[in-house]
Amino acid sequence: MAAPTKSSTDEFIKGLWKENPVFVQVLGMCPVLAVSNTALNALAMGLATAFVLVSSNIVVSLLRNFIPKQVRIATYILVIATFVTVVDYVIQAISLDLYKALGAFIALIVVNCLILGRAEAFASKNTVGRSIMDGLGMGVGFAFALFCLGAVREILGAGSLFDVQLFHDSFQDWVVMILPSGGFFSLAGWLVLFNWLERRKAKKGEKAKVAALTEGTAS
Amino acid sequence: MSTTEIVASPAPPSVWHMYRAMVGVGVCCGLLIVGVFQATLPVIKRNKAEALQKAIFHVLPNATSSSTFRLEESGSFTVLEGEGAGEQLVYAGYDDNRELVGLAVEAQGMGYQDVIRLIYGYSFAEDGIIGIQVLESKETPGLGDKIETDPDFLKNFERLDVSLVEDQSQIANPIVPVKRGEKNNPWEVEGITGATISSVAIADILNESAQFWVPRIRSNLGDFQGGE
Repeated sequence: MAAPTKSSTDEFIKGLWKENPVFVQVLGMCPVLAVSNTALNALAMGLATAFVLVSSNIVVSLLRNFIPKQVRIATYILVIATFVTVVDYVIQAISLDLYKALGAFIALIVVNCLILGRAEAFASKNTVGRSIMDGLGMGVGFAFALFCLGAVREILGAGSLFDVQLFHDSFQDWVVMILPSGGFFSLAGWLVLFNWLERRKAKKGEKAKVAALTEGTAS
Repeated sequence: MSTTEIVASPAPPSVWHMYRAMVGVGVCCGLLIVGVFQATLPVIKRNKAEALQKAIFHVLPNATSSSTFRLEESGSFTVLEGEGAGEQLVYAGYDDNRELVGLAVEAQGMGYQDVIRLIYGYSFAEDGIIGIQVLESKETPGLGDKIETDPDFLKNFERLDVSLVEDQSQIANPIVPVKRGEKNNPWEVEGITGATISSVAIADILNESAQFWVPRIRSNLGDFQGGE
């Protein structure tokens, strides 16, 4: 009983960091670059994607024995498109301003390869519980990555975070950070950071191994 | 070898199984979408109406209530009951004493990226435009979208002259865009440096709309009295 619980948690954690959809797998770049101009837009887009991801993972996992292999992709897309439409209406009902800010990118969640990827690679082969954890992990990881980008872009590009001014009036906004090119700059910055952390971790692991080996031979 | 392969590969599913999966999932998805649409429709409609109402009171600061009027083919205005999709509408604003303070009019035109949709307030007392609010625009963030936030630019519309010629057939002076610092007349719109196309677009949209609406509104002033 203990083993599956542990592995479910692992399914959740892997999406947050080790296999982060944006910083490690570099998936779903279209919304990542386009809607991360402010922290709020980025977070809303991330949460909307996470909702679609979890819901479609649940349905795909439930129906995994019911859907023949030959029509699986078409059926998955149908399920994903349905949840995207639901999100579209719900966001319109929650806030029209947010709906305007996210614009066409809500509808484009359908073609986010992260969602179809998880449905095909994970949910169609695993139990509902594990699929939920996988969807949650990947969804939260995606939202976290979008928020990281959005926060950097908003702080530098508009001098604010969640519309709260952070700097003195004399701060000159880096307008380029809000423009599309700013998306690439901040994504590059985050990828550099992630790769550096990974390499440092790998080096430390190697050093520890060498140390253990030399200790072993000495004794 | 070939026998093993045949045994290993599972039998292909029947057409019925494929139909069952796709049609079944399709019907369920359709029902879900219809359900959510029906559930959220009243809220979405209310949100849109509230946003419009807020915009009307923003461009007509003295108004406390409003009613919608439709332009008839005869050129007169009548109160609109219910929804008026695709019709030519204006929104009359009234103060606490039910006195007409002005009209809010929607207008749209091409900006730098896409169509800009805005609403402006026309005041009878000032004989001019007394406020604008951009309802929809995709202008460049940080540059073109200053048309919504730049205080100096918005000052243009605190009183923008659209008075008519004597026979009330047209505007005496068309609204014209000018460069920053060159505004000398109340019918000129001072542009934004770095957002020239967007600010010129606003002046053009207002000019075109005012040329159409103001003579019609002025010559049918009686239609708006005693509205809601």
